[in-house]
Amino acid sequence: MTTPMLEAVNLSVQFGGLKAVNDVSFSVWPNEVFSLIGPNGAGKTTIFNLISALYRPTSGEVRFEGEVISRMPPHVVARHGIARTFQNIELFEHATVLQNLLVGRHCHRHTGWWQDMLFTGSVRRAELEFRRQVEEVIDFLDLQHYRDSMVAGLPYGVRKVVELARALSMRPRLLLLDEPSSGLNTEETEDMGFWIEDIKRDLGITVIMVEHDMGLVSRVSDRVLALNLGEVLTLGTPQEVQAHPGVIEAYLGGTADV
Amino acid sequence: MHFIFKTRYAQDINLFRHGGQTFWYAALALALVAAPWLLSEYTLSQVTFIGIYAIVCLGLMLLAGFTGQVSLGHAGFLAMGAYTEAYLQANGWPFIISLPMSALVAGITGIMIGLPALRVKGMYLSIATLAFGFILEEAVVQAESITGGNAGRQVGALIIGGINFDDGVNFYFLVTGIAVLCILGALNLLRSPTGRAFVAIRDSEVSAQSMGINLAHYKTTAFALSAALAGIAGALYAHKIRIITPDQFGFLQSIELLMMVVIGGLGSIQGAIFGPAFWFVVQQLIVTGKDWLPPAIGQQTGLQPTIFGIILIAIVLFEPMGLYGRWLKFRTFLEIFPFYRKGMFKRQKSYMKSERMK
Repeated sequence: MTTPMLEAVNLSVQFGGLKAVNDVSFSVWPNEVFSLIGPNGAGKTTIFNLISALYRPTSGEVRFEGEVISRMPPHVVARHGIARTFQNIELFEHATVLQNLLVGRHCHRHTGWWQDMLFTGSVRRAELEFRRQVEEVIDFLDLQHYRDSMVAGLPYGVRKVVELARALSMRPRLLLLDEPSSGLNTEETEDMGFWIEDIKRDLGITVIMVEHDMGLVSRVSDRVLALNLGEVLTLGTPQEVQAHPGVIEAYLGGTADV
Repeated sequence: MHFIFKTRYAQDINLFRHGGQTFWYAALALALVAAPWLLSEYTLSQVTFIGIYAIVCLGLMLLAGFTGQVSLGHAGFLAMGAYTEAYLQANGWPFIISLPMSALVAGITGIMIGLPALRVKGMYLSIATLAFGFILEEAVVQAESITGGNAGRQVGALIIGGINFDDGVNFYFLVTGIAVLCILGALNLLRSPTGRAFVAIRDSEVSAQSMGINLAHYKTTAFALSAALAGIAGALYAHKIRIITPDQFGFLQSIELLMMVVIGGLGSIQGAIFGPAFWFVVQQLIVTGKDWLPPAIGQQTGLQPTIFGIILIAIVLFEPMGLYGRWLKFRTFLEIFPFYRKGMFKRQKSYMKSERMK
């Protein structure tokens, strides 16, 4: 393990006068689950948006396997093998679950629109192959029942899984999960935990996760990065981070003036 | 009710999902072939118009209904096609070449108009396309040497391989054939990665990007294809009307096209055909019904726009999925009779979308 999978180097981003992320550096190694925690406004989702290149850093850079990705357009970053989910679910509402997952195969397409328009043999073969690959994800996440349902009619918990499935359909090497358990009940959170473990162990995908549920974080994470107000508080194993006085203070407020 | 037992993935890809569909579409094809012998000359000419408008609406549907980029300047693309055809034909180009050229010229214009779409979204894009429509209308008036200005331009007889296509029946077959090819092309597009990318851009640009979809590329493609379809329709329109003037391609025409698409049902290929068909039928009913109304109402100038306006409002309020949505409900009602419930097509309101990224 000479180069990290993903590396943030002195990453800062500023919106007007607000320093949303201030000089944050960290490395994520292949095949680990790396969690970002912190109170609201700590800059966790902003870091995700910086990694997937939806935001441009004010200074510093993000490297993926040694290559600087923070100056690429978002779709090129995705083609490098970085998939993500969104905090508030950004599915394609007026399409079926199957179509949503097939969009995940988009970066592996090699036909042009003119071939698509004629639906040539190569398009047909590619479509069948995409379908086969997507079915593997459907089996993996138990979505068979919802395959042909429109996303617009699905309950929240299922949407969360569909979004995970769509990201997995890309067959990424790095998966960014933005609050995978938010809005899920205990049982669904439990399932999500199992899946994240399976994704890491069976599929060999590296996971970076933003999460508030400390139970889930300590269960699946190898390392945890705690942030507050855009700055790094501490980095370590879940137990170390939870015991860190700075983290306790950030969540519960200062103890001195009580 | 049909229950399709699927054993192969290809069954989800094929255009016709089951025997019933194949049967009904074959029946439709047969009816289209038999139409010249069943319909009067006037009705056939109206059906030809529906075919031409179905091609433009198909283009607008791809853009507005599937890619989510609403254009208020589509009459401009129609004009590009019509004048290109008229000009090339007058210079002796055969139709086989001038028709693709009309599509190409309109398509290139579409790319140029599509470029701002990479920067502006939603209503602002509509306003940009609106401006394009006005500019083009004015340009057509000014470029008298090519367009004939306000006096209009004559379009010569359409002769392909020695056969005169200005005859109603031949022209009907030509339009229907081209319309069917365009529809097949659009259907193919929508069942392949390109079509899915369009839908992805419509529903969430942010996640489309994160899925590896190049927004610039696909938005431009959508504009180009949509405009090219309008160009093809424009060329046919020129031959149908025989004399083309700038006021046929004005703002009102753009609005009418958009209304047809909305009435037909945004986000469905069928809607692009239902829309213009409905439009022409209602127009006919208004013309016929005028004489039955008291003169104070029947002779009013704004009667037709008023009626279409009311229909549009009613559609937006009561049936956002348009005529196609209504048809889906009716079909389901028949299929599962007597188990249809009123709320079956109601969907939960969308959850809050992420506001952070806008």
